[in-house]
Amino acid sequence: MNTKITFAGIEMKNPVTVASGTFGYGREYSQLFDLNKLGGIITKGTSLKPKSGNKPPRVCETSSGMLNSIGLQNPGVEYFAKYDLPFLRKFDTAVIVNACGSSIDEYVELCKILNTLDIDGVELNLSCPNVKEGCMAFGNTYEGVKKVTSEVRKVLDKPLIVKLTPNVTDIASIAKAVEDAGADGVSLINTLLGMKIDIDKRKPVLANNTGGLSGPAIKPVAVRMVYQVAQAVNIPILGMGGIINGEDAIEFMLAGANAISIGAGNFVDPFTSIETVNGIEKYMKKYNIEDINDIIGKVEMN
Amino acid sequence: MPKKELAKLLKKEQLKPDIFKISLEAPEIVADAKPGNFIEIRVTNQIEPFLRRPISIYNMDKEKGILEMIFQVKGKGTKILSEKKEGEMIDILGPLGFGTFEYKSYNNLAIIGGGIGVFPLYELAKEAKAENKKVNTYLGFRSEEFVVLEDEFKKMSDELILTTDDGSYAKKGFAINYLEKDIEEGKVDSIYACGPLPMLKAVQKLAIEKEIPCQISLEEKMACGMGDCLGCAVKKAESPKEQPEYWHVCKAGPVFNAKEVEI
Repeated sequence: MNTKITFAGIEMKNPVTVASGTFGYGREYSQLFDLNKLGGIITKGTSLKPKSGNKPPRVCETSSGMLNSIGLQNPGVEYFAKYDLPFLRKFDTAVIVNACGSSIDEYVELCKILNTLDIDGVELNLSCPNVKEGCMAFGNTYEGVKKVTSEVRKVLDKPLIVKLTPNVTDIASIAKAVEDAGADGVSLINTLLGMKIDIDKRKPVLANNTGGLSGPAIKPVAVRMVYQVAQAVNIPILGMGGIINGEDAIEFMLAGANAISIGAGNFVDPFTSIETVNGIEKYMKKYNIEDINDIIGKVEMN
Repeated sequence: MPKKELAKLLKKEQLKPDIFKISLEAPEIVADAKPGNFIEIRVTNQIEPFLRRPISIYNMDKEKGILEMIFQVKGKGTKILSEKKEGEMIDILGPLGFGTFEYKSYNNLAIIGGGIGVFPLYELAKEAKAENKKVNTYLGFRSEEFVVLEDEFKKMSDELILTTDDGSYAKKGFAINYLEKDIEEGKVDSIYACGPLPMLKAVQKLAIEKEIPCQISLEEKMACGMGDCLGCAVKKAESPKEQPEYWHVCKAGPVFNAKEVEI
């Protein structure tokens, strides 16, 4: 049975990765299980300079999911390179850095540094809904995505993946911009912009008023978007949005995802990613699938 | 180091109409736990409610491997938890939090709690008492119907002062007023607090003014409980308002040095 995949030129022992912002830089989870079992780790969104993030409350629970407005709190690329990367490199798993910025220059400067580091690839974050500048502000138009991705492509030799926001009318056209700009892959979906109101206080629960919705609540939207993007582009897809077990992962792969990420599911059970790896193997045994690559995009539409 | 354990619910007691005490068999978690730690409880194996519930540790029996929690039913999650039956297995993660009560270098402890904030203070009082520390406890409740754990704290305290806001039981007024008096009389060399925010703010201010080392236990909405979602932010005291920096309750806390946080 083969679970190895190659995603955007990155070899992974299985298609299961952990999504940016749900796994830190791996340290806490490494106390609970062997990180070598993961296909890859997408780091917390990392910027050129440290960011302290948004005011609390930053998270709240919603029906079958949660809202977050963390605001990209991170220690900055310099700290990451010095302290977190050497730790992550102890494990035999792909390390992909989620890169965020508030201007094109910042994305470019950051990626110049990332290009010099011992990492497997970059996931360009053009989709965080919780910061005023950058990210989703670039990520919701074809031109914006193409511009940032092209500029970064010029300075980055490593595999370049662009993370897309679902908060757009036509995600396929945004994915096309990524492909046209020369990136190696797309990842989707980031969180859906949402809001929860405390009816006693008559105020939004999150200090930032709105936040990104994740968890099983968004899974059908994510599956649909992965399918649409798979029809529109030839570059590989890292699919995510509410995956909490092997069956969910298979659903994304049938829709066209070459690899998948576990996001909010890590918070509910830190072992979700490992159980997803096991669940995929169980499905393969059940249907006598020799190679996991054989199911990618194999949904048969009605 | 946190562990996930499927813990057997050994005993459930209803202390008040909406307050429950549960005893769990969790030998691995209890072995490493310290006063001030909390655990994250998954109340269902379904996806609704979605997140774990962070609940502080009330009491530990390290020899028997028993962990006790007291919680108030506030929403969907705690409602489900309160309906669990003895003998059921419950998925818990812990011990969580690196900021715990540090009392060993002090001798005259003042423990002050308000309302449902008194629960995480019990293990501290118990451990300190076992080490022959002098423990003065100050507990405040809204009125008689909310008073809990009076006998339990009495056993673990050299002196217990109990107050109700309306005077319907014990002394009338706020627990902090009695703490202040004892500070002035030189009876206190360290303070440990948990309770509603206005009480914590008052204790924080008092401790800083009187230059008494003080630890406060905080709560904030959180998801993972391990320091990865970065949800449970609390402002670092020394950081400027325009460029605030944050601790995280689950990681640096839940127990903080009162000087380090702005609440």
